[in-house]
Amino acid sequence: MAVFEGSVLDDARAVIARYPAGGERSALMPLLYLAQAVDGQVTPDALVEIGHLLDITTAQVEAVATFYSMYRLRPTGTHVVNVCTNIACALRGAKDVYEEAHRAAGMAHGQEISEDGILTLHEEECLGVCDFAPAVQINFANHDNVSPQRIRELITALREGSVPEPARGPAMKSFRHASRVLAGFDDDAAEVAE
Amino acid sequence: MTFEPRLTRNWGDPSVVDIDGYVAKGGYAALKQALAMEMSELIDVVKASGLRGRGGAGFPTGMKWSFVPQDTGKPTYVTVNYDESEPGTCNNRELVEREPHRLIEGTAIAARAIDCHTAFIYVRGEYLWQGMVIAKAVREAYAKGYLGKAIAGTSYDLDIVVHRGAGAYICGEETALLNSLEGLRGQPRLRPPFPAVEGLYASPTVINNVETLMNVPDIVTNGAEWFREVGTEKSPGTKMFTVSGKVERPGNYELAMGTPFRTLLEDYAGGVLNGGTVKAFTPGGSSTPLLTAEHLDVGLDYESVAAAGSLLGTGAIMVLDQSDCVVEAARRMVEFYAHESCGKCTPCREGSWWATRVLTRLENGYGREQDIVLMQDMGKNILFRAFCALADGAVSVINSSLKHFPDEYQEHIRLGYCPLTGAPADHAPAVVAS
Repeated sequence: MAVFEGSVLDDARAVIARYPAGGERSALMPLLYLAQAVDGQVTPDALVEIGHLLDITTAQVEAVATFYSMYRLRPTGTHVVNVCTNIACALRGAKDVYEEAHRAAGMAHGQEISEDGILTLHEEECLGVCDFAPAVQINFANHDNVSPQRIRELITALREGSVPEPARGPAMKSFRHASRVLAGFDDDAAEVAE
Repeated sequence: MTFEPRLTRNWGDPSVVDIDGYVAKGGYAALKQALAMEMSELIDVVKASGLRGRGGAGFPTGMKWSFVPQDTGKPTYVTVNYDESEPGTCNNRELVEREPHRLIEGTAIAARAIDCHTAFIYVRGEYLWQGMVIAKAVREAYAKGYLGKAIAGTSYDLDIVVHRGAGAYICGEETALLNSLEGLRGQPRLRPPFPAVEGLYASPTVINNVETLMNVPDIVTNGAEWFREVGTEKSPGTKMFTVSGKVERPGNYELAMGTPFRTLLEDYAGGVLNGGTVKAFTPGGSSTPLLTAEHLDVGLDYESVAAAGSLLGTGAIMVLDQSDCVVEAARRMVEFYAHESCGKCTPCREGSWWATRVLTRLENGYGREQDIVLMQDMGKNILFRAFCALADGAVSVINSSLKHFPDEYQEHIRLGYCPLTGAPADHAPAVVAS
């Protein structure tokens, strides 16, 4: 089944139209997010289809998709939990938060997705929330001053099917939801089907 | 030094997030004024103000605008660098959260100054909600006629496109940002040509930081002399500082340029956490050489910090206290550059990875005497040998930590473990070959 068809294809055309004539390739990054919103990851099919939409090769698309850490080219959990361990967070105890996240999720280091498919854990570089360190993101929505106990609560809540309210901005219901917002569709973002 | 807050003066008022609240506070009046001015007048007032780029390099903003040629037959572009990713830095994040229209107004004025009709705001991917805030503000500005066709009752057209990054520190480097915006891997370009001549879509382009542009509306309204009333001769105005790490009240604070670090630490950030003492701090993000307790009275402006042997950078101050291991901190900071290296240039790609390995063995007590010289040598072979300054940031950490804390490195080597955390339970003294 095609990734870009029906309303998603209309969205893709709207993304391309944001950029000046001749600059269509600029739509590549938002199109990767859009594909990720459909499948929860960027699939090999999506790479081919985006190439067709922008009149560039699959290799050119893949080169970009593999460069940026926010595109996932492998199976990914319903929710992505990012734990910053960079220096500002490390100074406030982020290493313990990161370790506790693994214990709470029952995941080994390097394990990309939990057995039940609900969680992906990711060690992050600086998330730009150093004023509320240690910083955690759930589907790129921020949680502030997260203690080891708090990360356990957050992960338990996700397991039980609820997404905790972030410190600022709206909660992202899933990694797919967040990907759709990142593609530039803020208004109807809540419409993403699970 | 007393001063009226400028960039943060409306921070207590949540109504300014929306366009009506912003206009009620006088917002967009500067844009109207700018649209009635000649392009050269606008450039001249920003030049005269002495405003310097707040993204780290401190390049004079008005001069940057003046480099844009108007006779190429190509469009010109303004690109806003909201890819804030320097470790320890988050003032752009909060500036936009609290007053997004000031950024749009500053961007529109910059556009007018170089006759640009399509501007781009490159938002860091991880700033998901902040991107929503700026996108909503852009929609409001269109609805109220401050963007789109014939803005603010003039014949001037201006579009703003919000573009999201996807998690790459390097895209804060301006030519990598342009590549990313063009749908390419975010790798730096060779200069020349400089972006002012051949930037986005091979057209003349100005790339400015968020904080820089947010200073512009007030400069247009109040003039260059007003801007210079605060700050130092060569670093006029105020600056946003992010304080994090071992302090009582981490946060973003606006201060007059040149304010001593001690004032920021004690009067704003509440002093060192739990009454501790400063061991080291970065004055401008993890790319800037560490300073120490000896430097508490250094003024926070470009010249004074440089004279103390570091850089003002993004004004991101991360404080280490007496309990923090400098070797561990250096390893974690250098690891970041290894992770974020775009891979284009060998000294950065291989050097940052190698330096991480050496620092890791030092941290864990497996270092050897020659490692100190090895790292100094590595630094010489990385510094200024790549397309951009990414790996130079790693060298800053390595060289400054070796300079200020040579004994701490030596102790790790001598003891075989970290002197601050003590010997691990399974520690066995090294057997020295005779």
